[in-house]
Formats: sequence, C-alpha cells, structure tokens
Amino acid sequence: MEQFTGKVWVLGDDIDTDIIIPTDYLALPTVEDMKQYGFSPLRPELAGQIQEGDIIVAGKNFGCGSSREQAPEIIKALKVKCVIAKSFARIFFRNSINNGLLLIENDQIQNLVKEGDTLTVTMGESIDYKGKSYPIQPLPQNLMDIINAGGLVKAMQKRNGILEED
Amino acid sequence: MGMTIGEKIIARAAGVDVVKPNDIHTVTLDRMMSNDGTTHLTVDMYNTQLQNPSVADPDKVVFIMDHNIPADSPKTAQAHKKMRNFAREHGIKCYEGQGVCHQIMLEDYVCPGELIFGADSHTTSYGALGAFGTGVGCTDFLYAMTTGTSWVMVPETIRFNLHGQLRPGVYPRDLILTIIGDIGANGANYKIMEFAGDGAHNLSINDRMVLCNLTVEAGAKAGIVEPDQKVVDYCKSRGREAVHMFKSDEDAEYTAIYEYDLSKIEPVVVRPDFVDNFALREDVEKEHIPVDQVFIGSCNNGRIDDLRAAADVLRGRQVAPTVRLLVAPASQEVYLDAIREGIITDLMEAGAMIMNTNCSVCWGSCQGVVGENEVLVSTGTRNFKGRSGAASSKVYLASAATCAACAVAGYICGPDAL
Repeated sequence: MEQFTGKVWVLGDDIDTDIIIPTDYLALPTVEDMKQYGFSPLRPELAGQIQEGDIIVAGKNFGCGSSREQAPEIIKALKVKCVIAKSFARIFFRNSINNGLLLIENDQIQNLVKEGDTLTVTMGESIDYKGKSYPIQPLPQNLMDIINAGGLVKAMQKRNGILEED
Repeated sequence: MGMTIGEKIIARAAGVDVVKPNDIHTVTLDRMMSNDGTTHLTVDMYNTQLQNPSVADPDKVVFIMDHNIPADSPKTAQAHKKMRNFAREHGIKCYEGQGVCHQIMLEDYVCPGELIFGADSHTTSYGALGAFGTGVGCTDFLYAMTTGTSWVMVPETIRFNLHGQLRPGVYPRDLILTIIGDIGANGANYKIMEFAGDGAHNLSINDRMVLCNLTVEAGAKAGIVEPDQKVVDYCKSRGREAVHMFKSDEDAEYTAIYEYDLSKIEPVVVRPDFVDNFALREDVEKEHIPVDQVFIGSCNNGRIDDLRAAADVLRGRQVAPTVRLLVAPASQEVYLDAIREGIITDLMEAGAMIMNTNCSVCWGSCQGVVGENEVLVSTGTRNFKGRSGAASSKVYLASAATCAACAVAGYICGPDAL
C-alpha cells in the first residue's frame, strides 16, 4: 500500500470555493497564475507557505459552493498531497477526483492535530498520528482508477479518447 | 422496494428497471448546459488534450453566456470568443445575453423526468419541473459532451412534506432559507431533496424554481418538486410535452422525512458568511445594520414575481441616498414582462439602477462588486466571505421585498418598518 507523510495545515468547517479561489482571480490565464491567491479571503499568507507534500486537515463540508474546477486545481497546483476532512461537498469531490486530487474522509483527527505537525497516511487503510492509528475507507475502484491516471482527461487519453463502459 | 422520483429518473437514464442508493450507474444524459464561467476551459481541454474528439449530440448541448456578459475585459472577451466559435463549429446553440443560464434552461428546455448536467452548481433548479438537474465541473462536462454519458452514484433521498400556504409578505425564498438553516449547509450533502405535499403543489412553478435552486446550498445533488398539472401546463405553454411525470412510490425509502407548515414560515435574513447562518428578520431589524448596496436578481430571485414584490415596496418611495440599488432581471423575457407591467418604471423612479440580464452582483465579477467593509443585502444565491467583492465586505441574504425595504430605509429591515 502506498504510504506518505506530510506536514499539516488546519482549516475549519465549510471552507467554500470562493475562499479556495475568489471569483476575482478566475479570469487569470492559468491555474499557476491563480494559485498564489488560494485561500486568500481567509488566510492571505497560506498559499505562499504551503510546500510540496503538505496535507490540509479541515472540518465538515470542505469545498461547498460553486462548481468551479479551479478550486481543486489550485490545491493540486500548490502541490498539496491530500485533503483530509470530516466531509466534502459533492461537486468539489467529483472535481477533485477528475483532477487527480486525493481526498480522504475522516472525522476523528480534527480536534487532535495541530498545525505544523506531521501525519502519515497509508492509502485505503489508516491515518497515523502520534503513535495512534485512525482507520479510513478506501475509495471505489472506478474513482481510484481516475486518480491514479492523474485525472479524468488523462484516464480518457489512456483509453484513446473515450473511457470504456463498465 | 419502491423508488423515489430521483431514483426513477436515474433508472430511466441508466436503462435499468431498478436502482438503489450508492449504486454506481452509467447514464445517458438528456441535456447538458455550460456557461461562460468555465466553457473556455472545456474547449481548451477538448482542443488540446483529446485525440479526435467529437460532440456526441450537439442538439443536447446548450451554451449560455451569463457570468461576464457583456464582456468586461479583453480576457473575458477572449473566453467568449472561444465559446462562441466552438458552438458555431459544432452546431451547438449558444445564448448571449438572453438571461441567466438556469432561467433560460427552464424557459426553453427542461422537461420532467430528464437527467441534466450543468457546469454550474445551481443546476438543481430544474427540479422545479420534475427533472433531475445537477452541477458538475468542466472536466465532467467535457466527458459528458463527448460521450453523451457519465457515471452517477445514486443518492439517498430526503423528503420534505410541505403543508398549507405561505402568508402574504413571506416568500419561497424565506422558506428555502429556513429549511437550509434547519438542516445546515451540508444537511443534504450528496442527497436528493424531494418536495411534496399539498403545500408543494400550492407553489407556482416560479416558486418551485426558488426552492430547488438553493437546495445545493444544503449540499444536495438535486432538488425535485413532485411534478403535477402545473408542470404539464407550463411545458405545454412553451411548446414542450411533459412525458415522464415520475412520482415516488408509497414504499420508497427516505433517510429523513421533514414536515413544514408553510403558514408558520417567517421572513428571514441570513447573516454573513454562510447560507445556513439563519436569523429571523425581526431580530436582525432591531440591530439597525446600515446598508451600502442592495441587489435584486440572480438565478434564485430575479424572476417577475420578485420584481413585482420589489416594485410593490418601492412604488412611490425613494432609495436612501446612502444606498445603491442594483436590479438585474433573470432573463430578457422577465425584463420585457417587467417593462410591460410598468415595474421597470417604478424601480427606476425609486432610484434603482437596472442592469442587463446576467449573474451580476451575485457572482462578484463583471459589475456591481462591493468595496472594503461594505454591507450588501442581496437576493443572490450565496453570502460567502468575499463572494460579491472585497473579502472584508458582508453579504446578507433576504427576499426581494426585504431587499427593497432595506434600500429605502438604509438599514436592514422589512417593509413594515417603512
């Protein structure tokens, strides 16, 4: 099983898509241009502090709001390894899978982890933090196939333009 | 075991007899809608990342420019050009400036029993006509447009039995904001919100649009009102036939059932920065919160009933000198009706700025954005931090009648305070 360790950034409940990327910056030409403004209404300095492989831990309803796909794209562009939240809004969930951003549902660690701590994720099995292990559910295989391909478009490319029917 | 309306719609689209919650199905979509918020991204992916792609059925695809229309910068003009050219090249109908996307879809396309993907979160609106509309991102849209299909996981359903009628001065917007306040901003995450009961059938089609539109603010995948004769008549009046009039079976399963007596609903003002930050208007009124700008419009509340309600408050009164009142009718059809009824005259004589039909202030770009620390009272869909301008601004949500009263009084209140 794939395993990774990352430094934690802690966010609260209902982190909406307008916080992840405000409307004002959606007209910028690329996600690379936009990413410095990620989370800016809430924490303007955060995008500059996040480093490759970091992990975001948040509360309930992460990604609620708009269908703007730039939201998961920006988190991916900031090289966040995964987002762990109590729950995810459904459009954001789909968009994240389609862009190859890993999401993990867990409601046990939010009150324990502190910003700057590190935790370890074993895919489909557990989150390990300070010597304790917290179980996580694996995603359905059709979704893992999309994530592992790097997103839906890359999955389509692999199959010559069209995804095969299950 | 019986099925709910939403389950029956998915079963039809999947070509199977029975579906149950959490099943994953490949479905054929009845229609797909994309607006200028993200269509240029879809077109870019189509042109650069797929080998020999094609649009599966151009007649099922609709493009609508409403987020940044007319273009406010060379960047948005370029995005529109990309969208327009793609539509011409592939024989896709493309609307420019005729209205907000969901209003156009309801006026011109949606039929009961259809499964529709829209690249916009408020696609849930289509449940007003007994359809299953759900929002997706541009990558899901690309896949749908090129294959005509997608995958869905069958959601569970929550039932809302509505009884009686709303009192005068209380609007469907107050009802849905109350429901969201009760169940929370993720109270229906990944679920269908199904509305039925005599109270649901008492609501007009426009009222049902208000209700279904905001179900996504409780996290819902779809909001559906049980279709009835009003839906048949609405479709018929617009040259469409209502074929798939699904109702839930007696033994359908729900994860929760709520009962609402509509006569008990009170006027609502939702406080910043979350749509479930419910408050009664009478409580907020006591705080005398000064208002800088008022917006009446959006896919939630820019229809003729809303403009009528606003005009009834504003007629013979003046917008306070400290307030800007912006009004954006939801479509050209709504705008023309308002002109014919003299509503636009009433609004303008009261001091309102009338905008063209677009997403306007609600989406926080293109026009009417608010500055640092300003207070906006809005009929828009959301009040997230920075949603309509500066991150330090505050957005309150209320009905069109409440918004009109705020514009006159200069502080948050209802029409009775004037």
